[in-house]
Amino acid sequence: MSAQIVQTEPASPPVDQRTGWTGWLGSLVGWRRLVVLASLGLVVLSLTRVITGANDIDSSGALAAALALAAPIALAGLGGLWSERAGVVNIGLEGMMILGTWGAAFFASNYGPWAGLLGAILMGAVGGAVHALATVVFGVDHIISGVALNLLGLGAASYLAVRTFEGTGGTQSPSLPELPRITISGLSDWLGEIEQGRTFLVADVASVLRALVTNLSVVTVLVVGLLVLSWWIIWRTSFGLRLRSCGESPTAAETLGVNVYRYKFIAVVISGGLAGLGGGFLAMVASNLYREGQTGGRGYIGLAAMIFGNWRPGGLAAGAGLFGYSDAIYLRGGGDVIHAFLLPFSVFLLLWGAWALWRRRQGKRVVGLVSVLIAIGVLAWFALTSIFPRELTGMTPYLATLIVLAFASQRLRMPKADGVVYRKGEAS
Amino acid sequence: MTSRFDLRRMGMALSAPILAIIVAVLVTSAILVAAGDPVGEVWGTILSVPRPRVVVAIINAAIVYYISAVAVAIGFRMNLFNIGVDGQYRIAAFAAAVVAGEGWLPGPLNILLGLVVAMLAGGLWAGIAGLLKVYRGVSEVISTIMLNAIATVLVAFLLRKVAPQTGSNIVSTKPLPESSHVSGLPLIPGVSREVYGLIILAVLIGVVYWFILGRTRFGFDLRATGRSESAAVASGVNVKRMVLLSMILSGVVAGLVGMPLLFGQDYAYGTTFQPGLGFAGIAIALLGRNHPVGIVFAAFLWAFLDQQSNALQITAGVSDRLVLIIQGVIVLSVVIAYEVVRRLNVRIEQRRVAQALAAQAADVKEGAPA
Amino acid sequence: MGEPVVELHAITKRFPGVVANKDIELTVHRGTVHAIVGENGAGKSTLMKILYGVQQPDEGTISVEGRARQLKSPADAIDAGIGMVFQHFQLADNFTVLENVVLGAEKLHGIGDGARRTVQEISDAYGLDLDPDVLVEHLGVGAQQRVEILKVLYRGARIIILDEPTAVLVPQEVDELFDNLRELKAEGLTVIFISHKLDEVLSVADAITVIRRGTTVAEVAPKDVTARDLAELMVGSELPSPSTEESTVTDLPLLSVESTSLDNPLGGRPLLTDVNLTIHSGEIVGIAGVEGNGQDELVEVIMGIREPTSGRILLGDVDTSSWHTREIREAGIGYIPADRHRYGLLLEAPLWENVVLGHQTEPVYVTGPGGTLINGAAARQEAEAVVEQYDVRTPSIHVTAGSLSGGNQQKLIIGREMRREPKVLVAAHPTRGVDVGAQAAIWDHIKQARRAGLGVLLISADLEELVGLSDTIHVILRGRLTGQFDPDRVTKEELGAAMTGATATEGAA
Repeated sequence: MSAQIVQTEPASPPVDQRTGWTGWLGSLVGWRRLVVLASLGLVVLSLTRVITGANDIDSSGALAAALALAAPIALAGLGGLWSERAGVVNIGLEGMMILGTWGAAFFASNYGPWAGLLGAILMGAVGGAVHALATVVFGVDHIISGVALNLLGLGAASYLAVRTFEGTGGTQSPSLPELPRITISGLSDWLGEIEQGRTFLVADVASVLRALVTNLSVVTVLVVGLLVLSWWIIWRTSFGLRLRSCGESPTAAETLGVNVYRYKFIAVVISGGLAGLGGGFLAMVASNLYREGQTGGRGYIGLAAMIFGNWRPGGLAAGAGLFGYSDAIYLRGGGDVIHAFLLPFSVFLLLWGAWALWRRRQGKRVVGLVSVLIAIGVLAWFALTSIFPRELTGMTPYLATLIVLAFASQRLRMPKADGVVYRKGEAS
Repeated sequence: MTSRFDLRRMGMALSAPILAIIVAVLVTSAILVAAGDPVGEVWGTILSVPRPRVVVAIINAAIVYYISAVAVAIGFRMNLFNIGVDGQYRIAAFAAAVVAGEGWLPGPLNILLGLVVAMLAGGLWAGIAGLLKVYRGVSEVISTIMLNAIATVLVAFLLRKVAPQTGSNIVSTKPLPESSHVSGLPLIPGVSREVYGLIILAVLIGVVYWFILGRTRFGFDLRATGRSESAAVASGVNVKRMVLLSMILSGVVAGLVGMPLLFGQDYAYGTTFQPGLGFAGIAIALLGRNHPVGIVFAAFLWAFLDQQSNALQITAGVSDRLVLIIQGVIVLSVVIAYEVVRRLNVRIEQRRVAQALAAQAADVKEGAPA
Repeated sequence: MGEPVVELHAITKRFPGVVANKDIELTVHRGTVHAIVGENGAGKSTLMKILYGVQQPDEGTISVEGRARQLKSPADAIDAGIGMVFQHFQLADNFTVLENVVLGAEKLHGIGDGARRTVQEISDAYGLDLDPDVLVEHLGVGAQQRVEILKVLYRGARIIILDEPTAVLVPQEVDELFDNLRELKAEGLTVIFISHKLDEVLSVADAITVIRRGTTVAEVAPKDVTARDLAELMVGSELPSPSTEESTVTDLPLLSVESTSLDNPLGGRPLLTDVNLTIHSGEIVGIAGVEGNGQDELVEVIMGIREPTSGRILLGDVDTSSWHTREIREAGIGYIPADRHRYGLLLEAPLWENVVLGHQTEPVYVTGPGGTLINGAAARQEAEAVVEQYDVRTPSIHVTAGSLSGGNQQKLIIGREMRREPKVLVAAHPTRGVDVGAQAAIWDHIKQARRAGLGVLLISADLEELVGLSDTIHVILRGRLTGQFDPDRVTKEELGAAMTGATATEGAA
């Protein structure tokens, strides 16, 4: 992202060269690896639930909330993916999301719910176009332009809200019309009963399924569809090949007659539109009105999900799910849930730190020692308290983002020319 | 020969912000027209000559903005984006307020202690992002933003814990003892309101910033790393250490952002402590091109726009949120303008050098050894 | 000889401050290999970029296969049947061979199985030996070049331009390439080939056009000229050449590399294995090798940018293996990096700041308590001295380094390093991109310093330079030093063979 920086620690070996169980895990690609990891995750969750008795860890309610909160993050991350795959870093996703929240509220209040969604996309795309203008046409540093976009998006949405929404000084819109939701009631009830049984693993699976068939918004389904569509377009079509080439080697693309500027521009506008849709989701599905400050940094969390997902839609979805989950825990006031998580977290940190120490690789020793110490501290905290302080739960999604990035950042590979300001005619 | 280069370059450097401001005016006017708001009254209000007490308010706001922008600029010179100034200054102000509120030391020493605590807290908070970047490769853009949010929650939590119970709605730290108040300077005649005494701090920070970056070896290394990390590494700079130090330094200065407010106005840290100073700092640093004097002008411009727009609702019936748009457009157009001008400069200089060399060669005899 | 397929008439191209091409005339006939020669900076690359549509000429006409053409972009050139293989490959590392070939030409055969089949067919037909699904970053330099050729053939090019194709190849690979070219010729394709390596040109070309200072000076047939004739046409005067002189080698070791190895953090073959070499005072040690065989890593280890996994680096008697770059430079090792733009200069800083770069802690540049301040006046004085002594063409020391020409930038770097009187100089490709006159001057400076006791580690792809300057030459292959040769006796074929691993001899007798 801050593209130029020299790798400060050697990146881990390419997947196919690692041995042992990491090698096997690495050899699985794409969805197979996701399935294995997801299953592993479910087992850990279930164990934690049973040991600590914090049932809201994976109750269907919590998972449904997690899904609903993952969606806007996934949209923001997908926006980031489109842009960065074309080589443009888009920090301005937050600003575009904010524009989307206003757009959704304005158009939905005046023209109906579906117009609201379109309005959200439109407003986000406008933000994207401005970013594209600055970075692609004028060659401004991507991050600076993104920061400026955030300022502008915030200001524009605030001003527009004050002008268009009566009452409450423009910080809030009136209630917005709803979009359809799907429920398969028979299945939902039956799964609900299994969930109540609280059996190890069985109840958890039931929770997962129940969350998917109860009160599911069509927009969430749309989001999944967009993820799949994005994958197909970017990796299976000529358009996508050219787009990716702009992010990997724009000079090579230029010598082959690809109009690099055009693809970058389109990608960034699409990126804005997706972020805008994410804002629309927040305004219309996650809640039912526009409120100032609604986005709460989810544009950035979406970027983190994208990085976590190694710039691929599948990984992005997993990352979004993770962050959406942490978001849901916070919103449901889950002091006991967070407290419960201290256990697996500290165990994981302990194992990881011990492994780093044992491996005795250059520089890893300090990191390993620090991890072990932190792990012991966290374990002690878990043992000595029974609940996570309510006021601190607000940190959860942000802390989770930091922790995830701290572990994951090293192993990733962004598009080679990501963040590089590209000017035509530089082929040597 | 050199003076001619510099004058032209300065002219080019000024043209960018002026161009940007013109663009901002045009764009904002267009928005006003589209929204059906009175364009004339808006600009009339904003461009009116401020009353003396507003002048004081502008200077005071500029002081705080200046410190914030310098903090950001330190990072920018290294190609580091410290978006976390916001969180850093709040944690620092809180910590300073708590410590100074206890009044362990007499008068001025207490103030000094508060400043030191603020610098430590700010440096520490920024240091977390620095460590994450250097040892785990986490982008400082995202980590500082996350730390901002975490700081908000943390400070709110701690505030509740340490605030003395006063029964009123406003939660704040223990008020500073009288002897730790920094008196203001009555710089503007005709008004009782005074300029923050800690304007001295801002000036000091500016001078130190200019000195360190322009005159010291550390500053040379820092600027080199910002210009070309690879060349800096080959020249012997320890980049990891540099990144960490810069982030911490940026945080140390960020910690001082709230000090004029704390010691000169609020005398405590509460829930109403001014927010958002960090983001303004980013915009101002960009506007001022990270230059110690440029930032002064940019800070004043920003403060001017802020204060003048307060009256918009009353005089023009337009929400004061409009100023956010103006500011946003200024930032965007200024960065575009700077980029365009910079590239133009490079091309012009290449041409000049080539022409000058051609002229020199014409003076030299043919067949001179290469 | 076939009919003309490419005719350039009165081509002129100006850039700010320089006329790159002036009144160029070029006629290429079908089914021939036509070489364009000229020294660095003569304007050959610009001309080819014009032919490929990357640049547009200010004046002049282009006609391809008898039709007048406006080539406004590479797409136009590709349309006209022209394909170009750039000197610096234009390949996306994270893409497969197939993806790289197909990019921009998706309409021809799609991007899936149809395309894959066609790529395989072309590879087989012309003996390119390429697997479509391999990631390009896993391919060696020779293979990457063949991918570039395949790209061009895939698009149905009938006229293929090669820009300095042999710059990255060893003599044996050059022969293979030339065989490929002859095959292309036999199939009726036309090859235009830019080079400044005269004997290679003479061995493969059917016609040669000489360009000097942006304009065509001669068109000759290889059988009518010798390399010497060509060289004089290129330069317009007597050619300087690195001559051998009295040996100044002493037996005082300045820098020793002892059994040094460097693991690859990404796993796989170590980057350096058991390297042993010593540089004595008054000695130039040359390292020959194909790019990517460990030269860069050896330099990084010596300069402290990387720490060796095992073994020691000694400066005199002192073990510097774990020292940081700054300490190593302070101890008196000068460094001329291979890529001056990335490692040697701050392009947007004025010259006098660039002169300080790398020497920020030298007493001459620091002042103040504990040497914390930079002495601007002293730096500017030094900069003036460098500019004068090393003939850096610049109107003043306040211009930015980026506005100087490549040759002058290199002279600046060499000047700043040499004026600090280093004990040892690590010079990687010191005359890359420098015109012939400046090259001779740089060689002179180095030889002068050698006489005064300087020890030099010389890494170069220019075999002439290596043979002419070095007192001894090591060959590096896959991270090991595989042979040591006496430059007075070794032949280019022997060197080439050692560089590619064909043989492993010790010191040609």
